Amino acid sequence: MAEFCMPSLGADMKEGILVKWKVEPGDQVKRGDIISEVETQKGIIEIEVFTDGTIEQILVHPGEKVPVGTVLATIRVPGEEAKAPREERPPEPTFKYKFCMISAQHKEGPAKRPPEPTPVTTAGKRLKISPSARKLAAELAVNLSTVQGTGQGNAITRADIERAAEAQNAAAPLAPVKPEAGMRQAIATAMARSNREIPHYYLATHIDMSNTMRWLASENKKRSIKERILPVVPLIKATALALGKVPELNGFWIDDRLQLQEAVHVGFAISLRQGGLVAPAIHHADLKSLPELMEALHDLITRTRGGRLRSSELTDATITVTCLGDLGVETVYGVIYPPQVALVGFGKIMEQPWAENGMLGIRPVLTTSLAADHRATDGHRGAQFLEALNQYLQKPEEL
Amino acid sequence: MKEELIRETIFRVLRPITPEADFDELAPDENMQEVLDIDSFDVLNFFIQLYEELGVEIPEEDYGEIITLNDLIGYLAIRIE
Repeated sequence: MAEFCMPSLGADMKEGILVKWKVEPGDQVKRGDIISEVETQKGIIEIEVFTDGTIEQILVHPGEKVPVGTVLATIRVPGEEAKAPREERPPEPTFKYKFCMISAQHKEGPAKRPPEPTPVTTAGKRLKISPSARKLAAELAVNLSTVQGTGQGNAITRADIERAAEAQNAAAPLAPVKPEAGMRQAIATAMARSNREIPHYYLATHIDMSNTMRWLASENKKRSIKERILPVVPLIKATALALGKVPELNGFWIDDRLQLQEAVHVGFAISLRQGGLVAPAIHHADLKSLPELMEALHDLITRTRGGRLRSSELTDATITVTCLGDLGVETVYGVIYPPQVALVGFGKIMEQPWAENGMLGIRPVLTTSLAADHRATDGHRGAQFLEALNQYLQKPEEL
Repeated sequence: MKEELIRETIFRVLRPITPEADFDELAPDENMQEVLDIDSFDVLNFFIQLYEELGVEIPEEDYGEIITLNDLIGYLAIRIE
């Protein structure tokens, strides 16, 4: 039996409201199918299922607000027998909600690190608590000093943590928070953590964009207006390819070590009109052609602004790209989105004097910056990444 | 008359892109992209919608001529059949 849980969709998410089920008990599902919708600070997110199987039981119903890690439904995986006829109601559980074995279900993600460390002792006494209960407390942001242990020798058990989480949740009023305020809070939490934990280093370089802009102009002339490619598209592709040369920038810093990611999923920062931003992932950006990337970007921006993102898009990004050139910004000094280890910033492509081979000319120039985590890489590798990016942009026809 | 129809079309197409904008505040000689705070993705979408409504495809090399609302109305007016 597999458990389908309230996912963690960012460094900040603690809970979500189940809005809608797209399946019912007995329905067959395939890994990657969208089976429910959850409302978060980032809008309505379509949640994908992580396994093949048959929906066994729905445990959380539309309108209910539950913490990250709550089991939303159980799924019978292929080869498993149906447990019991459906009309036979299971015994009333002791707690209203059941929690997933998060570590088994989710990849290690940002939500696993609460903003504040859980105290080891309370009132000077050492707490009796198992490592697994402590981990659960951290995941559910339960303050251990408020938990009464019911285990052997008053040790705190997982059940105690679950009870405390539920009480904490019930105590938290479901005050109608303006979505903008929620988003601001979410960004505040993630960025404060970034600046507190990540020793950033910054590099910037000027890239001559003549070749790319010339090539793009001639490509776009051949295309109808609906198929035009924006200059940001070759920038995303070149970034993704340059990561192939410097893979240490594509990954996560978790458990005090760099965890490289093989797939390149570029998180693209998209600002929202009501304020705030989201950086959903363009999956496998390195393997997409420029027209495919343009289509993916169009789809992603439209759905982000329409509040229709998928769960994998919020959790999969392995690096972030941010473009602020439309507003005339020359250089971006980025803040890394944890647990990622790098952010690439693009400014405005501006005509500038450019000296080359003893001649002075006017070229479209792009200031490209890299903010990187010094725990994961050093400036030397960062510099190699920027140079690789530059080289790719000199041969746009190969992108 | 033609200009008035074009203006109406422009605002109708812009509405979903900038739901909160007050078009009465947009002066005819202001930089539209700046005042409406729209990015290059929005501009492309805007031009695609205008093409679908009015049949005028604005090539990239003409983007520089179209800064203000007046520029855009003038540009479209001489190209609409």
